[in-house]
Amino acid sequence: MHILEVENLKTYFFTEAGIVKALDGATFNLEKGTTLGLVGESGSGKSVTSQSVLRIVPKPGKIVSGKILFEGEDILAKSENEMRNYRGKKISLIFQDPTSSLNPLFTIGSQLTEIVTQHEKMKKTEALEHVIKTLKLARLPDPEEEIYRYPHQFSGGMKQRICIARALLLNPQLLFADEPTTNLDVTIQAQILTLLKDLQREVGMTLVMITHDMGIVADMCKYVVVLYGGNVMETGMIETIFEKPHPYTEALLKAVPRLDQTKELVSIPGNIPNLIELPSGCVFHPRCRYAVDACKGNKPPLEEVEADHSIACIRWRELNGGR
Amino acid sequence: MEPLVDVKDLVKYYPVYSRGILTRKVIGQVHAVDHVSLEVNHGETVGLVGESGCGKTTTGKLILNLETPTSGKVYFDGAPVIQTLTKGTKEEKLKLRRSMQMVFQNPYSSLDPRMTVFDIISEPFRVHKNIPTSEYKDRLYELLSLVGLEPYHAERYPHEFSGGQRQRICIARALAVDPKFIVADEPVSSLDVSVRAQILNLIMDLQKRLGISYLYISHDLSSVRQISKRVLVMYLGEIVESALTSELFDHPIHPYTKALMSAVPIPDPKRKMKIILLPGEVPSPVNPPSGCRFHPRCEYATSKCSEEIPEMVQIDSDHFVSCHYFEKFL
Repeated sequence: MHILEVENLKTYFFTEAGIVKALDGATFNLEKGTTLGLVGESGSGKSVTSQSVLRIVPKPGKIVSGKILFEGEDILAKSENEMRNYRGKKISLIFQDPTSSLNPLFTIGSQLTEIVTQHEKMKKTEALEHVIKTLKLARLPDPEEEIYRYPHQFSGGMKQRICIARALLLNPQLLFADEPTTNLDVTIQAQILTLLKDLQREVGMTLVMITHDMGIVADMCKYVVVLYGGNVMETGMIETIFEKPHPYTEALLKAVPRLDQTKELVSIPGNIPNLIELPSGCVFHPRCRYAVDACKGNKPPLEEVEADHSIACIRWRELNGGR
Repeated sequence: MEPLVDVKDLVKYYPVYSRGILTRKVIGQVHAVDHVSLEVNHGETVGLVGESGCGKTTTGKLILNLETPTSGKVYFDGAPVIQTLTKGTKEEKLKLRRSMQMVFQNPYSSLDPRMTVFDIISEPFRVHKNIPTSEYKDRLYELLSLVGLEPYHAERYPHEFSGGQRQRICIARALAVDPKFIVADEPVSSLDVSVRAQILNLIMDLQKRLGISYLYISHDLSSVRQISKRVLVMYLGEIVESALTSELFDHPIHPYTKALMSAVPIPDPKRKMKIILLPGEVPSPVNPPSGCRFHPRCEYATSKCSEEIPEMVQIDSDHFVSCHYFEKFL
């Protein structure tokens, strides 16, 4: 069953310089209980996707059109009041930078209990117990002591554990993790990724990993959605995507150095597209080595090319026919 | 042949003061870099990896004397760097500075926003007077094409460029004085994934064409493997292991190196990772652990590890490791 269905979602930012098309028609589904990887570079629209689903797109951004169905219910038709029952409670979010997403003026105990008392009819002492239990779940050592401390007294890795606990306080069914390890060292990253994997198994929630690191995706996710310039390039099972990738995914994989081998790095020419003036047709065509004239024409639709694998590329079949 | 850059026993401690304005007392030392020795040969790239706060950047700055070391020596082509740069004549200082340059991590903050690219790249000419004024323009366009920029870019300001292009400008600026050695401090970590390969390829290409030696500082092991001939692994101010790249990545010996490598996710769904999870976090460099600095997080640690400082042992012609029990891991 699909827990989340996103259809032709368009989220634009109306700036003075012009309309920034952060998401320009994104479509994907999310199976309940799995881990989905939302992969893309900066400006590809990964974070805006999570913001759109929670309807917390910052101004001057607006969801222009499209459909977001969470458990079959239309998120975009909900009132602000009804959204309060979704944010944090059914859908939760972990931010990239744990330092700036915790309030420096309150102890972590008080800022986490506030969330519980706001949403649930619970006494403060009960709420505090629940907070301690959740912090234990996120493997924070000695939570009974640590709740009286302030965010600056924790290291980056510990802060991210606190943020993970905060996201889990109200038992959400869907958790977006927005680059949760980008600011952390590799050994701490390994700790956090292991924690997320364990938690998903223990709690049984659906996890969306937003990342630019193909390694993390390969390690954590079952399904992948590849975004580029606000468009979905491909979606599919992780193995299929690595086997028969979209030209963009293929180029990205060839351009990233690998720890387990030395290879020639094939760089992608040019830069990520300007979201105000997106290239015509396929957004990747100016940097694509397979691009032909037809790529400049119409935007290629996202088509299911094989079971569990959809691609937005007019040349993919031809390129993969020989294989 | 003598190495181009020879670093011997480099130490940098930063004092930690007690609170107070009038009565500031030194209450401790941050052991940023502790007895680091390394060599960079002509035309080779040496990678320096470690996690944040382990002293990689400080090491790079100490080599160029952008920070004054507490003790230790740096030789460049046989000449003592620190002595020359502190006590030498202006001529000598400039001459040495011309041979060693640096490329910084963040191209958004290392370019003056009020200078055009022309001014930025030609500033080294004006300081060093290494070429006559009439040749500025030609040399500048030559540099621009060398790093893959167009001549018309010269009149633009840094904010008009993307991250990758800015890093190209930074590299062109470093090349303006024909250096023999460049310290590249995380040159790609603030760039987009699809642009990183461009800059890494540029760095390697420049080495082939101009024979420049690099000290490549990074926390990203994959890019270090790609670019370096030899790799040094740093932990809490000390070098724990060094070897030729292929040797280090195929046969890491130090438990820290092993854990570090196992933690890097590999973009291949068929390879299941076997992560060696290190408990806890990097301890504070103010009071580093006694004995082997890695012992509180090491699963093989014994009482010997907390008492005795391990010595750097040579286990192969070019493989050094500092661990009491290296024989167990051979």
